[in-house]
Amino acid sequence: MTAAVLELKDVVKEYGDRRILDGVSFAVRRGETKIIIGASGSGKSTILKLVMGLEKPDEGQIFVEGEEITQLKEHDMVHVRQRMGMVFQESALFDSLTVRENVAYRLYEVGTKEDEIEQRVRKGLGFVGLEDAIDKMPSELSGGMKRRVALARALIDEPPIMLYDEPTAGLDPITSRKINELIIALRDINNVTGVFVTHRMRDAFTLASQYAQNGSGNVTFRREGPDLCIANTRFLLLRDGKIIFEGPDELLRRSEDPYIKRFLA
Amino acid sequence: MHAMPFSVQAAVKEVQDISFLTARAFVGAFRRPYYIRDIFVQMESIGVGSAPVVMLTGFFTGAVLTLQSANTLTRFGASGQTGYAVSVSLVRELGPVIGSLMVAGRAGSGMASELGSMLVTEQVNAMRALGTDPIKKLVVPRVVATTIMMPLLTIAADTVGLLGGLAVSTLMLRISSNQYLSSALDGLEYIDIFGGLLKPLVFGAIIALVGCHCGLRTYGGTQGVGRSTTQAVVNASVLILFFDFLLSRIILRYT
Repeated sequence: MTAAVLELKDVVKEYGDRRILDGVSFAVRRGETKIIIGASGSGKSTILKLVMGLEKPDEGQIFVEGEEITQLKEHDMVHVRQRMGMVFQESALFDSLTVRENVAYRLYEVGTKEDEIEQRVRKGLGFVGLEDAIDKMPSELSGGMKRRVALARALIDEPPIMLYDEPTAGLDPITSRKINELIIALRDINNVTGVFVTHRMRDAFTLASQYAQNGSGNVTFRREGPDLCIANTRFLLLRDGKIIFEGPDELLRRSEDPYIKRFLA
Repeated sequence: MHAMPFSVQAAVKEVQDISFLTARAFVGAFRRPYYIRDIFVQMESIGVGSAPVVMLTGFFTGAVLTLQSANTLTRFGASGQTGYAVSVSLVRELGPVIGSLMVAGRAGSGMASELGSMLVTEQVNAMRALGTDPIKKLVVPRVVATTIMMPLLTIAADTVGLLGGLAVSTLMLRISSNQYLSSALDGLEYIDIFGGLLKPLVFGAIIALVGCHCGLRTYGGTQGVGRSTTQAVVNASVLILFFDFLLSRIILRYT
């Protein structure tokens, strides 16, 4: 049994007098992807913000790669955040910077050399299929392109942990599919640990039922079948700040719980 | 909870929050990494950008000050001292205060709206997620740039204001340029110039700190950005006038 990369223990978070998370505990192992589903306002995005240290829990503990980050100060969070990448709901690209500068942001921060930056930015944009957009401003991009640039920006330093906050919300099916495939490839080929927050069950089941294979240089995507079942992706269903289901997609589909049935319908 | 009613508690909280931000910005300014480039970008946008409007207000302030002083001084038969009255009021008070109020309206509001927009679109969170401390990247460059540029802008405002006074006194009041200038420059002492530069230094820091503070506590989407912008200008203006009184009191003791 490998040690947990991310772990939450009895985490409570309140906004004003509203309790968003009410004793949430779960762990994500290396290479595993946790899909957090739940209705709007159930505290899904809050979990990601807590893991990133953007907000602090009111109670409970949070561990990243074994280190407790619950009470770390902003200054001490920097080295923890270097191990994580995050894709925000609305992309959150810096609108005063070009696509190149957005993607390269982290590299500038750590003082990477100019020619290496250029090369890595091109590689990163190549991964999301947006090399042509390198000199554009974020305002010139469509929603789907922004989301892919945001993905490239989060991935530039190849973090072993990725947090996705509804990366496909509001996108058309083709673009969503493209983003899902990128995330599957990261999980299966690069062994990236992930937390994927969504309320779109279609995307969640895609992630839980397809896998990527790296055959002679080009990546192919296959669907799990009777003789192969994806074990590195688990669901977590939130309701009113509590986890009411945790497990693989097969169990989730078979659940008799009326709320879960209604959620999947 | 749309309009925050004025209360003593809220005011104290505000001062406390700004003090915390000041402390964090001060510590952040001396910790790596340094964002030197951002400081220059801000210096250009705040300093060079505000220069025309600050000089324009300086000109008219000097001009109207000359009209009013000459009018009063003539009654006492002292119209020859017009230059003195104008230069002392301008350098001690009006240059720093009016210049700073203009910059608060122009640059302070800009900081609040820019940082507020970045906050509500999660750009500030994205920046933190990418390992940057927004205090160092966003607040420190603005505070340093405004603190450096405000005294320079004040010198420009004072100079243009004195020239405005010169124009009015020679063209409209028939006071000779020689008389105006010699009384203007003779009247000034080193403490006046020192005070006249210390004030904008403090006001510059106030403008940037209040602007950033209001921007970074924005809530409630784009509507909140508008609210933060208004608050930044109002709070900075009130604080500038308050600190002007405080500093004047201290400086006059040494005059």
